[in-house]
Amino acid sequence: MTDAEFLLWVRGPAFTTATFIMCAGLVIRFLEIFLLGRKADLAEARGSAFAGGFRTMFKRSIPDAGSFERSGFTLVSGYIFHIGLFIVIFLFVPHILVFEAATGLSWPGLPSNIIDATNVVTMIALLAVLIHRIKDPVMRMLSEFNDYLVWFVTFLPLLTGYLAFHRVGLSAPMLIGLHILSVELLMVLFPFTKLSHAFTLWMARWYNGAIAGYKGVQS
Amino acid sequence: MSGPSFERGYNALKEEIDAPTAAFFSSCVHCGMCAEACLFFTETRDPKYTPIHKLEPLRKVWKQEYTFWGKLGKALGLSRPLTDQDLADWESLVYDSCTLCGRCSMVCPVGNDITYMIRKLREGMAAAGHAPKGLIDATKRAVTIGSPMGVKLPALQAQIRHTEKEYDVKVPMDVEGAEYLCLLSSMEIMNFPEYIGSIARIFKKAKVSWTLSSQAFEATNSGIQIGVSDIAAELVQRIVDVAEELKVKAVISPECGHAYMAIRWDGPNLVGKRFNFKVVHILELLDELRTQGRLKMKDKEARKLTYHDPCQIARRGGVIDQPRNLLNMLADNFVEMPETGKMNWCCGAGGGVSSNERADDLRLKTFARKKAQLDTINVDAIVSACSNCRIHLEEGLEEYHMELPLLSLTETIAEHLAEE
Ligand code: SF4
Ligand code: SF4
Repeated sequence: MTDAEFLLWVRGPAFTTATFIMCAGLVIRFLEIFLLGRKADLAEARGSAFAGGFRTMFKRSIPDAGSFERSGFTLVSGYIFHIGLFIVIFLFVPHILVFEAATGLSWPGLPSNIIDATNVVTMIALLAVLIHRIKDPVMRMLSEFNDYLVWFVTFLPLLTGYLAFHRVGLSAPMLIGLHILSVELLMVLFPFTKLSHAFTLWMARWYNGAIAGYKGVQS
Repeated sequence: MSGPSFERGYNALKEEIDAPTAAFFSSCVHCGMCAEACLFFTETRDPKYTPIHKLEPLRKVWKQEYTFWGKLGKALGLSRPLTDQDLADWESLVYDSCTLCGRCSMVCPVGNDITYMIRKLREGMAAAGHAPKGLIDATKRAVTIGSPMGVKLPALQAQIRHTEKEYDVKVPMDVEGAEYLCLLSSMEIMNFPEYIGSIARIFKKAKVSWTLSSQAFEATNSGIQIGVSDIAAELVQRIVDVAEELKVKAVISPECGHAYMAIRWDGPNLVGKRFNFKVVHILELLDELRTQGRLKMKDKEARKLTYHDPCQIARRGGVIDQPRNLLNMLADNFVEMPETGKMNWCCGAGGGVSSNERADDLRLKTFARKKAQLDTINVDAIVSACSNCRIHLEEGLEEYHMELPLLSLTETIAEHLAEE
């Protein structure tokens, strides 16, 4: 397989397969959760479960002051790499073209040198997060293979993206091909690992806020 | 009811898992932030006290029974199934080092209601026979005697006679058609009988039609703390029967936080039907009387006061503003602790921890959190609204050589009532 053929393969059949696995996997995960159901609350409500759930879905992105004091590093590094990921994934012009081809939707992007700088910052934040995970006694105890795997497959596309952007080492088609392949790895693992928190956390926050809101507490 | 067994425990856990539980476990990113929200971790720095870690047995069951990969792993013999030993190993984490305070549930960035799940895990632990002896005994007494502390009706009657004489009030008993049925906690009857005198005086002045019941006076529910729903339901049913028989409009929960949780929020779900009466916490009722102008004070409390929110009343129960309204009526100098209301730190004794002797040292150790909070405000007295918090706070203050009086909000209001 030549470099160009490899690129064609990752952009074609491999991409379709990865997309299919990701979507099917997510549907399975959602069903696994929803089908378990939840008993109706028979106690008389004091507040609104709906308003509480809705509020917590958004409000949980802003931590309470005490948490900022006690878990500052986790919060700041977490913010940086999440926002960084968002920027490099959704605001890089070549990526927007891919989304446009798939969905027909388009939006303005950022200049590529800004994306490149964000990418570097995000990688540094992720490295810091990894070191923190290994060194912090609580995180080390909680962490399993899954957590490190998730870290790795999140970091890889950033790294391959950086290499492709700066044309380091290999041919351009090969570099881009490897970058896309690393994204496909992420997509395939997405539904089956902690990565799926990007979707399930909205449900978790919803339930948390609804349970509290029903009792008249804003959680 | 058959005796406890691992199988019963496992099935109970399977049954407890619902959509919220699955959403929570799916979302946990192992960030460790819940640890910093839990006083058992902050005061010991021992990672094993991380809230989500306390749920390992429940998570295993969820994974093996309700996820594709878990089921596959189990079928292929790749994952180690949950064992009775796992449950035994987790007993002290689930019971001794969790007060069900709910603080972790407020902090988790993905929104996990960890406390909700610990309550569920206790159902399985108890069914498998891995609950602490102190709680098992308290629960047995609650079923056979009617009170976790073994308080019988004659003891209550003696306190009532004493109260009636001392305050020149009448304590109504078994009055059909009264507006409110008032419940008590054993601790109030035994350790703080002034509570009975206080509500009798307040209700007399505010002209509240109320009654106690000789059949159901105990409001606490150790069935919930230990995690045995059928017993918890039986204890709630006793109250429901009496409330219906006496045709009361509402039942008043005593100050005790877990009692409030049991009768207000868990009660209808345990017995499986909506109540045809209301349940109000005593502070809700007092605040209502205040807004109606039925609480007249003769003077104000001169001391600088703060308020300790009992977790089940505030964060888990939703009674947050009422005590503050009452305190502002009562005192000119009411100050808040840092991180208060729905973010208050637990005293360390809720969730059955105080009935569990094995946890005594840990419970006093975690009191350092409350001390740190109190050290920042320099008050003359602490007001709270839970007899269980109160006993433990007093013990903690003594242990840490802090001389601070502890007041019950209801009792303090009674003391400042205007004479006729
Ligand atoms: S704070 Fe939430 S996401 Fe983080 S470890 Fe605890 S339960 Fe998991
Ligand atoms: S409910 Fe309270 S005591 Fe229990 S784990 Fe959460 S923070 Fe800790």
